[in-house]
Amino acid sequence: DINGVGQKYHLELVLEDVLDKDSTVNCTAEVLYHLGNNIPPDVQFTIEGELKNAEEADNIFYNRIKSLEKELVAENIPDSHGNVSPEMEPVHLLAWVASGYVIWQNSTENTKFQLAQIKRVKQVKRSDEYLEFDYTILLHEMVSQEIIPWQMTVLWHPRHSVQVTQDSRQPKHASE
Amino acid sequence: QLDFWLAPRGLGHPVDVRVPFPSLQPLKAHLEANGISYSIMIEDVQVLVDHERTDMLRRQRQLLLSTSTFDYATYHSLEEIYAFMDLLVAENPNLVSKLEIGRSTENRPLYVLKFSRGGTNRPAVWIDTGIHSREWVTQASGVWFAKKIVLDHENDEGLASVLDKMDIFLEIVTNPDGFVFTHTQNRMWRKTRSRHSGSLCVGVDPNRNWDAGFGGSGASANPCSETYHGPYANSEPEVKAIVDFVKNHGNIKAFVSIHSYSQLLLYPYGYTSTPVPDQKELHQISEEAVAALSSLYGTSYKYGSIITTIYQASGGTIDWTYNQGIKYSFTFELRDTGRYGFLLPAKQIVPTAEETWLALKVIMQHALDHLY
Repeated sequence: DINGVGQKYHLELVLEDVLDKDSTVNCTAEVLYHLGNNIPPDVQFTIEGELKNAEEADNIFYNRIKSLEKELVAENIPDSHGNVSPEMEPVHLLAWVASGYVIWQNSTENTKFQLAQIKRVKQVKRSDEYLEFDYTILLHEMVSQEIIPWQMTVLWHPRHSVQVTQDSRQPKHASE
Repeated sequence: QLDFWLAPRGLGHPVDVRVPFPSLQPLKAHLEANGISYSIMIEDVQVLVDHERTDMLRRQRQLLLSTSTFDYATYHSLEEIYAFMDLLVAENPNLVSKLEIGRSTENRPLYVLKFSRGGTNRPAVWIDTGIHSREWVTQASGVWFAKKIVLDHENDEGLASVLDKMDIFLEIVTNPDGFVFTHTQNRMWRKTRSRHSGSLCVGVDPNRNWDAGFGGSGASANPCSETYHGPYANSEPEVKAIVDFVKNHGNIKAFVSIHSYSQLLLYPYGYTSTPVPDQKELHQISEEAVAALSSLYGTSYKYGSIITTIYQASGGTIDWTYNQGIKYSFTFELRDTGRYGFLLPAKQIVPTAEETWLALKVIMQHALDHLY
């Protein structure tokens, strides 16, 4: 507890590769939640060792999307039964990374967000080398149990990190 | 490689062609270069084929003839689950019966399966799944539990000893209106489908509607909220039906309400941080149950009281059942921890049900060994 500033947490955690359970990496982090909860928490972290190299898979995905005739459009990933087609798996993973940013920016000590589903994703054509996707995702907030629609524009290129260039909370329909 | 669906017949007659993806560009270029006009009738034939396949599978599933051919590794509709129940009873009339304990807001029957070797009003275990409709792995697990009881009731020592002295009640679709809604309109629907106080918003959180700390912190008074507690305790027929059943039965010794997701085993209270008098014993049972669960696939669970382990929640099911004197009151939050969340892949249904069953057996065994 830091008087007049907020609450600081020191964390020791293990990062586990979702695609390879045996691949783990130790991590320490410091998270500072500010008083008033209207700014995102500060996060500092250090990783022991290296994260796995995914260059080959990244390039395959990148080239596949680049060579599509029409812009990629998809809905409901995963579907109601939890299925994600192999072609959509990278699109799903990309959303997961990008939603991490959105979640971070909107977290307080009283929230716990998860990406529940991609409702809709639409690729946006670009003239430069980047891939751009316009996602509408559903975030599940554990404490309130709310499902919150969120729009996010995601930029990516294999040699650059994921960027969320724009994001906004969407209104929920009363009839839903 | 062009697949002609309407072959060329002469000048002035149209030709229909299915074009494989790699030939699309060359063909378009060729047609344009030769001044041949074309239009696209079907963008993607595969999409139609996939839809048809799904439709066919759906039609096949409707011809359910026995619980041995039922697919436990997929998610089912309400009709399919209700058909399963009737089949299970028909196949095992000496063990299983179906009770209707009430009707939902939209007038759907609320069914409970009773597993009994006889006797009158024996001490009983209650298990419910699907009280929150979007938690699909729970109803699917409930179906699996029903079949498991029937398969194992004679050859599994633990289960046989439980059924020797106790009855098991299993409500698989505790919130049928919500369940249908998740199939037809909104996969993420949690609550019931009742309309109250002329609000535009529909539904009450059935796990905030019980008479235990009702309306206190940990529930919402806003009808549009996912944790709306409702206008008064037991306003929801789905909840009232269970309340009436439990009170009329009077001899329920263990009560387990199953949810997803988070991988937790919880005991009361949720509405207050005051520990229950039986805290130590319940904690001990939880430890044992979780160890049994993990032993199968290594799935890790945390356990503790609702308020210390998950969050404050008032008007919850097991707080009420505990206060009714049902000492062994537990809530499960099944797989996973957020990767798929409510949209748990169907191939995880059976492993989830299998490991959870081991934990349930620990609880049932303990209740049997410590009847009160």
